[in-house]
Amino acid sequence: MTGRTLYDKVWDSHAVKTYDDGSTLLYVDRHLVQEVSSPQAFDGLKEMGRRLRRPDAHVAVADHAVPTRLRNQPLPDGLAARQVSRLVDNAKAFGVPYIPMNDRRHGIVHVIGPELGFTLPGATLVCGDSHTCTHGAFGAIAFGIGASECETVFATQTIRQTKQKRMRVWLSGAPGPGVTVKDIILALIAKIGTGGGFGHAIEYAGPAIAALSMESRMTLCNMSIEAGSRVGMVAPDETTFAYVKGRPLAPAGAMWDRAVAEWRSLASDADAVFDTEVELDVAAIAPHVSWGTTPEETLPVTGAVPDPAAETDPARRTRLQKSLDYMGLTPGMPLRDIAIDKVFIGSCTNGRIEDLRRAASVLSGRHVAPTVHAIVVPGSAGVRLQAEAEGLDRVFRDAGFEWRASGCSMCVAMNDDRLEAGERCASTSNRNFEGRQGKGGRTHLMSPEMAAAAAVAGRLADVRDLGN
Amino acid sequence: MEKFTTLTSVAAPLPETHLDTDVIFPARFLLLPDKKGLGEQLFNERRVNRDGDGPRFVLDTPPWNEARILVTGRAFGTGSSREQAVWALADFGFRCVIAPSFGEIFFSNCFKNGVLPIVLGEAEHADVMAKAEQALPLTIDLEAQEIRFSDGRAIAFDIDPHRKRTLIEGLDEIGLILADDQADIAAFEARQREQNPWLHLTREQLTFFDDVGEELR
Ligand code: SF4
Repeated sequence: MTGRTLYDKVWDSHAVKTYDDGSTLLYVDRHLVQEVSSPQAFDGLKEMGRRLRRPDAHVAVADHAVPTRLRNQPLPDGLAARQVSRLVDNAKAFGVPYIPMNDRRHGIVHVIGPELGFTLPGATLVCGDSHTCTHGAFGAIAFGIGASECETVFATQTIRQTKQKRMRVWLSGAPGPGVTVKDIILALIAKIGTGGGFGHAIEYAGPAIAALSMESRMTLCNMSIEAGSRVGMVAPDETTFAYVKGRPLAPAGAMWDRAVAEWRSLASDADAVFDTEVELDVAAIAPHVSWGTTPEETLPVTGAVPDPAAETDPARRTRLQKSLDYMGLTPGMPLRDIAIDKVFIGSCTNGRIEDLRRAASVLSGRHVAPTVHAIVVPGSAGVRLQAEAEGLDRVFRDAGFEWRASGCSMCVAMNDDRLEAGERCASTSNRNFEGRQGKGGRTHLMSPEMAAAAAVAGRLADVRDLGN
Repeated sequence: MEKFTTLTSVAAPLPETHLDTDVIFPARFLLLPDKKGLGEQLFNERRVNRDGDGPRFVLDTPPWNEARILVTGRAFGTGSSREQAVWALADFGFRCVIAPSFGEIFFSNCFKNGVLPIVLGEAEHADVMAKAEQALPLTIDLEAQEIRFSDGRAIAFDIDPHRKRTLIEGLDEIGLILADDQADIAAFEARQREQNPWLHLTREQLTFFDDVGEELR
C-alpha cells in the first residue's frame, strides 16, 4: 500500500460510509454559523420539523452585516438588524451558542474559530462561507458549503462528498524583505490561475512552511479558494500545537497529550503520491498587488498594467480589456503610479494581530496621505483588545487611520463600510471582484504592510522603498 | 425539490468568463430575507437599462428574457459560496446552466435547487453558444444525458449518477440520509467518542459560552 496524504488521513477518519458511486458520507465535527448563509437553512429545518443532531458542534456569530462603529447603539432598524436578530433567535431556538457583537469573543468566523480552539487539527469543519479553507492551516479538512448543505449538516452532522484529487504546493526558500505570505499566495494564484486548484485539495508543504507562524499559515490557506480549491491544508507541527494549547475549547490535561500524539501522525507519509505537484521558490517573489478583477490578475508591484494588444488569445484579450475598463487603468502604466482613495486593513485574510503589528510598524512615525481615507478593522474583538494593549491603536490613529470594531466590513461591503462608484482601494482582503467592496468600487489586493505603504504614499507603493 | 426530466427553451448567451457569484448576485442584496424574488437582483449591476430603449442586458432582451437555459463562459460561479446566486438564477426561471467550468461550491449548490449545471468541452460549448446566440431552442434530456438541437443533432454530457438521480426524482438529500444512514452515523459517533474524544466538546467546555454578553463598547 502506498502512503497516505494528510488529506487522506483526515478524510478516512471521518468517513461514515462509502456509497456505491464512490462518494462518501463525511462526518462533520465542527460547524461555524453566520448570519448570511444560515437563515434559509434554519427555515428549512423548521418547515420539516427537524432538529439539530448535535447542537454542541456549532457556534454562531454575526460577522458580515454588523457595523464596525457606534457599536454601543442598537443596530439601526433595517435589513441588517433583522438578519442579525434572526440569527440570535435561531441560535436560541435550536440551542446553539451565540456570540454577540459586543462580546469579547466576537469576530469573523475564520478568526475566532482558531482563537477559541474550536478549530482543531485532524478535525472536519464546515461553514456556509467559502473562506472556511482558512482552518486547513491546522491540518483540518475545512471547506465552505452552501446554505442547503448547512441545513444538511444541522440535521445529520454529515455531508455527502466526493473525495478531491490531491495537490501539493511545495514552497522553498526564504522570503526577501517586505515579502509576506500574502505575496506568496498572490504569486501562486497568478501562476496557477483561479482555476489552478480546481477539483483538488491543496497541501502546502516544504521548508518555507515550517518557518511560518500559524497566522501566516491561515492567510495562506485562506486564499486557497481564490486558487480554485475549496480545501487548503498544512500538516500540524510544533508551531500548531503551541498555538492551540491552552485555548478555551482545546483539549487539556491528559486529553491534550492524547490528542497531540494523534495529531503527530497526520503528516503526509514520505511515499504518499499527489495527483498534481506545484513548486514555488519563495525567495524569488516580490511584493504583489492585484490590478484587475480576478485574483489571478496580480503582478509584482514593480510591474506595469498589462496591454491587451499584446495578448494573442482573443478570449483572454477580451477579459483583460474588461478588467482594465472596470478598473479604469491604461496599459503600460506603472503600478506604482496608481493613485488610491481608500485603504482597508482587515478581513479573515489579514485581520489578525501579526498583520496589524506589521502594518503599524510601517506606519509608525508616518502619516496617511491627505487624499486617502484609511480604516483598520481588527478581525476579532480579541485582536482588537490585544492591539490596544500593545498600543497599536494609537499608532494607527496617529497615522490617520480610523480604528474600528471587529467584523467583515469593507471586505464584502454589507454594512456601511464600502467604496463608492469609481473609488479605488488598497485592501488586505481576498477578492477584487467587480463591486465586491461596493458598487463600482475598485480593489487592489495586497499585504498589510503594502496597504500601509500605499496609505502613506497615496498610491500603490513598494514597501521596500520606504526604508526604515 | 422540483423534478428535472427534460427541458426545452431558448438559451441565453452570456459569453463572458469568470462571472463570479459577486457579479451574479451582489453582496449588498445578501441582506434580503427570502429566496423568493431574488431574480430581480440577478446580475443587478449589468442590468442598467432593464426596459429602456437603449441596449439591454441579454436577460432583459426578448426572447432571452424567457430563457430557462443559460450558456456562459469558463469559471462561472466562482468565489463566494452564497447560494443566493443559484436562488436568483432559479427565481429568474433558469433550470440549466452550461459552461466549460464552474466554481465548485456553486456547482454543488445548483443540485440542491433543481438546477442542472452542465460542463462541456470547448467545441461543444461553442456549438451550444452559437445556437443560443441564434435564439434556437435547445432540449436538455437529463435521462438520456444529451442536449438536442432543433436540427436533430445531439451532444452528450456527463453527470454524477447520484446527482442525476436526485434531480430526476426531486429527492430531499437530508431525508435520504435520515432514512438510510442514521445507524451508521450513530455507530461512527460512538467510535469517535472512544478514539478521538477531544472532538466532542464537553459540557464543562461549553460553559465557556455561559457569560456571553455585550460587555465591550
Ligand atoms: S472577511 Fe470577507 S472573505 Fe472573510 S468571511 Fe468576511 S466577508 Fe468573507
